[in-house]
This record gives sequence, C-alpha cells and structure tokens, in this order.
Amino acid sequence: MAITRRFFIKSSGIALASLGAFTPAPSFLTRALGQTPGNGRRKILIAIFQRGAADGLNLVVPYGERAYYDLRPALAIPRPKSGEPGTAIDLDGFFALHPTLAPFKPIYDSGQLAIVHAVGSPDNTRSHFDAQDYMESGTPGVKSTTDGWLNRYLQANPHPKATPFRAVAMGPNMPRTMQGRAPALAINNLNDFGIRAGGQVGNAIQGGFEALYEQSVNDVLRGTGKETFEAIKLLKRVNPTQYQPAAGINYPRGRFGDSLRQIAQLIKSEIGLEVAFTDIGGWDTHANQGAAQGQLANRLIEFAQGIAALYADLQDRASDVVILTMTEFGRTVRENGNRGTDHGHASCMFVLGGEVKGGKVYGKWPGLKSSELYEGRDLQLTTDFRDVFAELAVRHLGASNLNQVFPGHQSNTANFKGLIRG
Amino acid sequence: MPRQSRAFARVCALTLIYALVFSSQIGLAQQMASQKAGQKAAASKKTAAQKLSEEQRIIHLLDRITFGPRPGDVERVQRVGWERFLDEQLHPERIPDAAVEAKLKDIPSIHLSSEQIAAAYPPPQVVRELLRSRGIELPGQPNAAQNQAAGSESQAGKKPSEPNPQALLNDPAKRREIQAILQEMGYKPAQEIIQELQQAKILRAVYGERQLQEVMADFWMNHFNVFAGKGADRWLITSYERDTIRPRVFDKFENLLRATAESPAMLFYLDNWLSATPNVKVPERGQFRPKNAGARMRRNQALGIFGGRLGRLGRQPNDPRASQERQAQMPQPAKQPKRTRGLNENYAREIMELHTLGVDGGYTQKDVQEVARCFTGWTIRAPRQGGGFYFNPMMHDDGEKMVLGKKIPAGGGMKDGEIVIKLLAAHPSTAKFIATKLARRFVSDNPPQSLVERTAQVFLKTSGDMREVVRSILASPEFWSAESYRAKIKTPFEMTVSAVRALGAETNGRPAFHRWMAQMGEGLFQAQPPTGYADTSEMWVNTGALLERMNFALALSANRIPGTRVNLAESARGADLSQPAKVADHYVKLLLHGEVSPQTRATLDRSLKDPQIAMADERGTRTDVAKVIGLILGSPEFQRQ
Repeated sequence: MAITRRFFIKSSGIALASLGAFTPAPSFLTRALGQTPGNGRRKILIAIFQRGAADGLNLVVPYGERAYYDLRPALAIPRPKSGEPGTAIDLDGFFALHPTLAPFKPIYDSGQLAIVHAVGSPDNTRSHFDAQDYMESGTPGVKSTTDGWLNRYLQANPHPKATPFRAVAMGPNMPRTMQGRAPALAINNLNDFGIRAGGQVGNAIQGGFEALYEQSVNDVLRGTGKETFEAIKLLKRVNPTQYQPAAGINYPRGRFGDSLRQIAQLIKSEIGLEVAFTDIGGWDTHANQGAAQGQLANRLIEFAQGIAALYADLQDRASDVVILTMTEFGRTVRENGNRGTDHGHASCMFVLGGEVKGGKVYGKWPGLKSSELYEGRDLQLTTDFRDVFAELAVRHLGASNLNQVFPGHQSNTANFKGLIRG
Repeated sequence: MPRQSRAFARVCALTLIYALVFSSQIGLAQQMASQKAGQKAAASKKTAAQKLSEEQRIIHLLDRITFGPRPGDVERVQRVGWERFLDEQLHPERIPDAAVEAKLKDIPSIHLSSEQIAAAYPPPQVVRELLRSRGIELPGQPNAAQNQAAGSESQAGKKPSEPNPQALLNDPAKRREIQAILQEMGYKPAQEIIQELQQAKILRAVYGERQLQEVMADFWMNHFNVFAGKGADRWLITSYERDTIRPRVFDKFENLLRATAESPAMLFYLDNWLSATPNVKVPERGQFRPKNAGARMRRNQALGIFGGRLGRLGRQPNDPRASQERQAQMPQPAKQPKRTRGLNENYAREIMELHTLGVDGGYTQKDVQEVARCFTGWTIRAPRQGGGFYFNPMMHDDGEKMVLGKKIPAGGGMKDGEIVIKLLAAHPSTAKFIATKLARRFVSDNPPQSLVERTAQVFLKTSGDMREVVRSILASPEFWSAESYRAKIKTPFEMTVSAVRALGAETNGRPAFHRWMAQMGEGLFQAQPPTGYADTSEMWVNTGALLERMNFALALSANRIPGTRVNLAESARGADLSQPAKVADHYVKLLLHGEVSPQTRATLDRSLKDPQIAMADERGTRTDVAKVIGLILGSPEFQRQ
C-alpha cells in the first residue's frame, strides 16, 4: 500500500483520538513536532464567505463622504440619526453600520468586533467565479493553484492531535478554500452523517463499505472513503448534537443559520474543530438592491442575526474563536440604472472574537471622489485580503509557514493591522 | 496476535513514523518523490499492457454516451456493432422513443408555454392578489419574489425557499387552507414547475432511447446554466430547456448561442433584459406617434415589464382570452415610476467568460462594456407573465462599438448583438474552450492537449457543427485509450440514474428520488452560479457526498425510496441465493460487468459471510440480496465510469 502523507496525518490523528480524544499527546511526540498544545483548548477560525460580492459601501456606510450620497441617490443609507429607524448606526463619526446590522453594534462596542474596510483582492477581475476562486485559493491572479489557502494552512501546520474534524465545511460540497491535500470534511447536516441501513445491520454494512474503500485503487475515492469512516466513528462518540443553543439564542431559519448552529455544536463538543467554513449567497444585487430596506437588507438580517447568535452561543469559548467574513469583491460606487450596483473592487470584512482588538474600523480609507476611485468607478483597495488572512493565521491560529500558505505574497508582519490582542 | 492489539500496535508504529517523517522535511520529500516515481512506472506499464477488449469498448461507450448500461444493453450493442449504435445516437431524430414519451405525457407543465405556465402556476404577486380577492391577506413584502432574484438558498440538499407566499406562513393548517383555495380556483403551486421539470429530466435519462441527446442536453444546460430559483426564471426555464437547448444539442454552436442570447430565461438570469443605454429617454405619454398599432402594443409591453401590476384576477388558467386581456390591461407609461436605466454588464461578461471564449480567451474589461452596449435592448416582455424576447430600440445604445478589435458601426440596432454572436461563435478561443469542456465530459477530467487541439480544429473547420465535434471526440484514440476507461467519477445525477438503469428498476422521478442527487450536491436546475456545476470530479468526491452515495445505494436496493421500485427477485433471477459467492458473482456481472479488482471482490466476499447478510435460519442460508446490491452500488467501482 502506498503510504501517503495524508495517510500519516489521518492515522496519527486517529491513533491519538483512540487513546482518548482529550488526553494530552505523549510529550516526546509534542517535542518531535515542535508544537505546544497550549492550554489544551484550540484556537478556532470560522470563515464565512458572502458569495456574490456584497456591497461593502452599504454594509459599513462611509456616511462622512458626500460623494456617497451624490452617487447613490436611491440606494444610500440615510446618515445616522439616533432613535430614528432606517438610518445608519454610527460607529466612529465617519462610518456607520447598515441598520439591519444592529446585532453587531453591541459586539463592536464591547471591543470584540473589528471591521476592515477597502479590503479585497488586488486582482482586477470582476468575474464572480474568478474572484471567489482567487480569494479561496489565496493566490489572486494565479488560476493554476490547485488548493485553497485554509487547506494549505492545515498542510503547513499539522496538528499533533488532529481529528477528522479539524477542518469542516458546512454544505454539500467542499469549498475551494478547503480543497487540497490536508483532510477536510464537507458536512451537510450532522444528524444525517452516517451509514443509514437500519439497526444492527448498519454496522455490518458500514464495515463492508469501509473495507471496499480501503481496497479501492482510486486515490480520490480511497482517501475520501477513509476520512468518511473515521469521521463517522468519532462523531458518534462525541455526539455534538447534544449541545443545543442556550435559551434566547435564535439562529435564523435556513441553511446559513443551520450551518452556524452546527459549527457551534462541533466547537462545544470539543471534537477537534480548528477551521470551519460556511457561506451565504444572494449578494449580487444588480437590480433593486434597496436601501435601509429591501433586497440587500433582507440578506443582511439573516447574516447579522446568524453571526450574532453564533457569537452569543459560543459564550466562554468565544475567547478562542475568531469569526471572519469575506466577499469576492465590492460593488460600483455609483448605483446603476436598475437601482442596483454592478461588480466593483474593494469591500469590507468583519472580524469578531474574544481576542480581537475591536471597536474600530481598520484600513486606510481611500475616499470616494471620482479621482480617488479604482478605474474611475470602484472603491480603491488599501488592504490586501491576504494580509488579513495571514494575520489571523499567525496571531490567532499560530501558523508559522506563511510562505507556504500564501505563496508569492510577501506576508510581512508589518502589514498586519493589529487585529488580534498581543 | 489478537486483532485489537495488532491494530493498536499498527497505529502506534505509524504514529512514530509520522513523527519522524515530519521532523525531517527531507525524509518527506524523498518519500513523496519515490512514491511519485512508482506511480509513473505503474501508469506506463498499464498503457503498454492494456488495450480495451471488445466488450470493454462497448461498456466504455455506454458509460460515456448513455446514463449507464441497462441489463442487456451490452449484448444489444454487441449485436448491432458499436459503430452503428454510436451513429444512431448521433442522430436522435431517427430513434423511436415512444416509451418515454408515454411517461412524459401526463406531466402537465412541461408541455406548456411560459405564458401558460405563468397563468396556471401563478407567481406570488398574483397569488397575493387572488387571495386578497378572497379576503385573505398574506404577510411579508409584496416584493418577495424580487428578493429571491439574487437567490441564495439554492444550495443543493436544501430546498430553495420558495418565492411564494405560502412559504411565509408557518402555520401548516393555514397553508393547507390557502392551497385548497387556490386549487379550487384552478391554480397549482409554483414549486411544482421545477419538480416536474426535474422529473422529466430524470425520466428521459432513465428510460429514453435517445441517450446521447440527453447527455448533450445536460451538458448544454450546464454550459448555458440558468438557475431555476432566480425570480421569473422559475416560469421561464421549462421552455428554455425544451425550446432553446434541447432542439439544438447537435446544431451549429452559433445557433445555440444565439438561441440562448434571445431566451427570456437567460436574459432574465443574467440581467440583460434590464440593460439599456444610459441615454435612453422614456417618452411622455402621447409624445410618440407610433406608425402602427403593433408598435404601440410592443412599446406598452416593453414598459409593462417594469413593475406593472398583474391584472386578470379570477380568470381561469389556460384561457386563451387571458393573455389578450392581460395585454389590454398593460399599465400605461404615465403610471410608471420615473426611472433612469443603465448598462448592465453581467451577460456581456458571462457570454465571453463562460459561454464562448473562456476566462483566458483574450478579452478585456473594455470588451465587456462594449459587448454590453451591443446587447442593450435585448429584453423580455413581462417576464413574470412568461413573456417572450424582443428587441427594444429605445433601450439600445446606437453608438459605434469596438469589440475584440472589430469596429461595429453606429446605427446597427439589433444587428450589433448578432455581430457579437457571430464573432464569438467563430473565435478560436471559443473552439478551444468548447473542445476542452466536451473532452472533459467524454474523455477525462484532464483531457490530453492533443485531443483538445484536434477537436478545436474540427470545431473551426465545421463552423461549430456540434454533431461533428462530438463525433470526432468519440472517434479519437484518446477516447478509446485504456487511460480513459473508467477514469471518470460519475456526477450525482449520473450515479443515481445509472444505478436505476443497471438494476432495471422503475422510478417515477418525483422529488423523493431527486432529493438524493440534491443531497450529493447536484440538484437539477439548481446550480446558482452562471458556471453551472463543476465538470471535474473533485467537487463530487467529498466525505459528505460520498456518504450520501452509499446511503442512496442502500435506500434504493432496500426499496426505501418512495416511487422507485427494484424488483429484487427479478434482478436475482438465475442466481443461487444459498451461496453468497454466487450471488456476488451474479451482481458483479450485472452491475459492474465483472469489472472489479480481485481485492474488491475478496472484500465483498468477506462482507457476504457476515451473518447479517448471509442470513441463516432453519431453511438454510438465504443471502440478503438487497444488501449485496447496496454494497456494490455504493462501492468505489460503481462510482466510476
């Protein structure tokens, strides 16, 4: 049997898991790997992709810009006016949140939500497909990259106590961000994750399938099969679905809320989750985008409620978690003729977590005057998304091999924004 | 050594090796290099040693140009010869297909025009009005459907949230009451449109004789993807598949491209129907003196697309007068809210990136803008009423354009877009892009460059004659090579349908069956991005999806899928059930045509010895046939084609 690196990682993970998931690794092993397990609790990154290019200018409104109101007569969010619904929620005298992002305000005020504005991909593509691809591969402009940046993080920083649930994407497909050599799981629903053959017969069948996939000559099928069965067994043992959200925490109905709730369950079950991914679509607002209410507002309600519920649900674990949102590009500063916005350039990101140095909008603001716009139409980019990703990988997750995670990018710590408390 | 402690020793040893390898990058690199070399050697040995046998050639052909062999198919093709079979499949019009037509006959919506569908399966706004007339007020925003326009909920495995007000109601009793009222008035719920379309597609794939046509219809639908969950596309996509794609799967590429460009479904999906010159002047009422009544009608219809109220309350569906009346009730321009219109680049970008040239096909952002200008005015009448395509000169930018270095003179009107279509359809980048995608579909995920180049040449020489392009791929040595044999992983659609076919099972193709492919990641007509679904295997092979494949295999063979039936006794005919090995022989032959590695076969035999599968009682041993079938259909072998 060909011994692959993937096999090693998996086997050792299972070996340790089978010794008891939470007993510390033998010290010689820890030394050999040069890793310190720290206090035993893992740092966790939850990445949320807003697919379709979310309009950063209406999420975090630069209400101090006159041009914003000039260029968006139908779409602009009214300037903050306290006590008046439908107006923006002031953050710092210049930026304000879209009114539907109200659930973020208390987190911002408590210093655990940071915003990075005018951030995005330096590549000038306005294709959703390409831009998502670049943001997920972490290599803007390079299409030939075969793996995603989160997967490369996993590859470059093997964890001595890795379980099959180290990296989990909620959804039917493995997102590009997590594709690659390091094992990762795509799970649609935790409740359905297992062989469903009914009763005791299930075990015989499961064993049969497991053996069949072990024997398979096809690498893709064999590797994936192996991961599948390891995951089934571990999931059964720790049973995350026993952890229900605390009273008063309401995730929005639908796939996004379900995904976030299950991520919280995985975290609470201590199953070994380190990197989670989910996405939410519907941001491609070419027509009838709406302002304080309407199409975009409706998406934001789900978005903000979901993330706020997750944050509250994590309670004391929030200190180990960072939630990061991203979108492939922003939208045109000027509204189009269909009361919508077209594909633009820079947008904004939200970073939440117990160790996040929040309560601040980061990033140099490039301005919205026509001379300040990218290609005469879009918000300029002042922060490369890789610098945000890299900072979280290093300062939060403890990554050491940044060159491997973001090949071709000088991930200079000088470019870090200071998003994480030192 | 007892089994458990041996396993323990193994993992301990591996853990140690792991630690050692990872403490030494050199060790790892060396190990990987030697492993690679070994693989290479093995691969070249395979090439030299293997040539497909006659039977393998037939299996290969059936795997790739059909949705998998049914019992007896291999023998049938053997009798007529695969060359003749292939030739027949390339001319679907010559193949009688009465059996499947009979099954499709009773699916109501797939035979209706978009307009009829909109009338019979009313959109939410109409439902709201209908119910209001009955004194029922629905909650939510009147604009609910538009909010779906950028619809995000399409992810397979979850039903997209329906853009109808029923979904806004959480009370099941109330929902049923509303459903009943609508039914009594002669209306049907809008979600049935897509369910019926999915059903028809499944039935054609399972039962149709025109299999290659079906494969190509799937290919082009995915290439020119339209997401059924985006607003009005729910009412337009049935006609799109039936009238735009299906008749042209072997047509000239240019005709296909033009048909999609003019299709209401695509115009709506990629927003081109809204795209207009920024300088458009909306006439004041009475300002224009149309030359004839037809022109007035067209203009009124044009303006009606922007947010007009839908009339025709209480009118029964399928009433021919309904549409005339509706036209007569079109809102007048003066009632329209004042709007500026503008250029929308969405379609212009995707027609080049995804439909023709490919993302590296050599166009610029400037080209995108220029192409968008060319297509201004290509729009739809009243999309939510199933209206058709028309060119609106008032929305068109009549200035000069420059596309891919070619000047398009001012004043061309609708010709501008036609010139762009011709230009793109004949472009060498298009030939290469389409050749690559087809080679990936028929040969392998990474098709040999030589094949792509030759196929692109055929495309250019035949002016994009898709029958000839497909024929040339299927005649190529690369297609028939041992490397291509069973080199592809089935998509969820292919896997589920091929399982039903292999067993000679029956399915009605209703949502209980469709749900499975959706959970594996391929809900039909549910690909949200304009890229469609991935055409390589990595998107389909992940833990969650793989698990669903195994669970589907078990559910199918145990007859746990409502509306789908496997006749186990019939499928086991001739097999000695008292001998598990004989049963395995039988099904390995039936389902895999004996194409199974000795290791897999040995594993299968071991599983069959399990007392839960080889059920022994006082009457002797009777193998649990359903479990054997489940194991084989869920095995890695059956995932390949």
